[in-house]
Amino acid sequence: MALLNRRLVLSLTHLSSAVLQRQFSTTGACRAIQKLTRVRVVDNSALGNTSYHRPPKCIHVYNKTGVGKVGDKILLAIKGEKKKALIVGHKMPGPTMTPRFDSNNVVLIEDNGNPIGTRIKTPIPYILRRKEGEFSKVLAIARNFV
Amino acid sequence: MAAACGRLGPRGIAIAIAIALPARCFSLSGCRASGDGKPAKFQPPPKPVIIDKQKQRAERRFLSPEFIPPRGRTDPLKYYMERKDMIQRRKVFNIPEFYVGSVLAVTTADPYANNKSNRFVGICIQRGGKGLGATFVLRNVIEDQGVEICYELYSPRIQAIEVLKLEKRLDDNLMYLRDALPEYSTFDVNMKPVSRLDHEEIPVNKLQVRMKPKPWSKRWERPKYNIKGIKFELPESKMKEAQKWSQPWLEFDMLREYDTSKIEEKIWKEVNEGLKK
Repeated sequence: MALLNRRLVLSLTHLSSAVLQRQFSTTGACRAIQKLTRVRVVDNSALGNTSYHRPPKCIHVYNKTGVGKVGDKILLAIKGEKKKALIVGHKMPGPTMTPRFDSNNVVLIEDNGNPIGTRIKTPIPYILRRKEGEFSKVLAIARNFV
Repeated sequence: MAAACGRLGPRGIAIAIAIALPARCFSLSGCRASGDGKPAKFQPPPKPVIIDKQKQRAERRFLSPEFIPPRGRTDPLKYYMERKDMIQRRKVFNIPEFYVGSVLAVTTADPYANNKSNRFVGICIQRGGKGLGATFVLRNVIEDQGVEICYELYSPRIQAIEVLKLEKRLDDNLMYLRDALPEYSTFDVNMKPVSRLDHEEIPVNKLQVRMKPKPWSKRWERPKYNIKGIKFELPESKMKEAQKWSQPWLEFDMLREYDTSKIEEKIWKEVNEGLKK
């Protein structure tokens, strides 16, 4: 993964306004999700939406390869705590006919698979319906599908 | 006109009418030759011949870019076989004419979607691939989330392609829309198709798009991308610095030339014959 020297990206909504005035370099958004990628939490849970001085980062991917795609579970470090999450969209182009999102989206879940939030406004790919049994509750709270 | 009709026979009237197009005389009773004494049988006026000047203009030809084979050492038989399959698919399923910058609505068959079909509306930002693997990428912004889907034109999963707005843009690759303000990529999902007349030229949308602040995914100001559709609000010094990467000798490089006019003519005839059968 090429590390790019960039100026502060204004799209990082988790950083408070005091920090925005400082200028520091950050790497570009990771295309698929692996350890240390910053992700965007898209459900309406309190944990995902309150601002913190550090963006939520992936610290482990529950996969044979360390690369997470749509439908994989990851461990996230948010607000100083560890939480499991489900990947619902990434920047990396996948197979044709599947959507590619402009940000790495993630939904927070418990260990047993229950989502923490109650609504997901951002569009979710239909591919997630493959494992209907495991993600049924997440799919139930999703509003838009792509 | 009536005096001239007195001399000519009924056939002559039709010719006179065809020639003098704007002035059409509707009542011919005065012009009929009164040679026979029998009561003149009513003859309906001959239909006016309307010469459609628009059809006389050279018919606009559109050959989809994936038919043109790329330059290389592959056996042309491979491209011929692919073209046969592409023509077969086009006979069964209508792939409309569209360009990069047109808004399309694609319905695909999806086993996981409700009703087994999935409709996506978006602007075409890129058309890639040649032959049966030709793809096009549609982009839209839904609920503040940018979504892009790459579709294969000849995939059997596609059930319908509808062109909602047919237009061209200043560039052939609109990948810079990813770094532009989201308003330029948002299209209403329930948009109605914009009607246009058949003979009109394809409108070129000379829109200059405003970008988000830098950094961008690619350095679009550099001359290698040759982008005309961005309103660069960068300082002059940055624009001059970008010109350092210009390669002015490239346009004169003769080995890079690929003249497709003759190939296009041949393939156009082949495709038209194939589609007529």
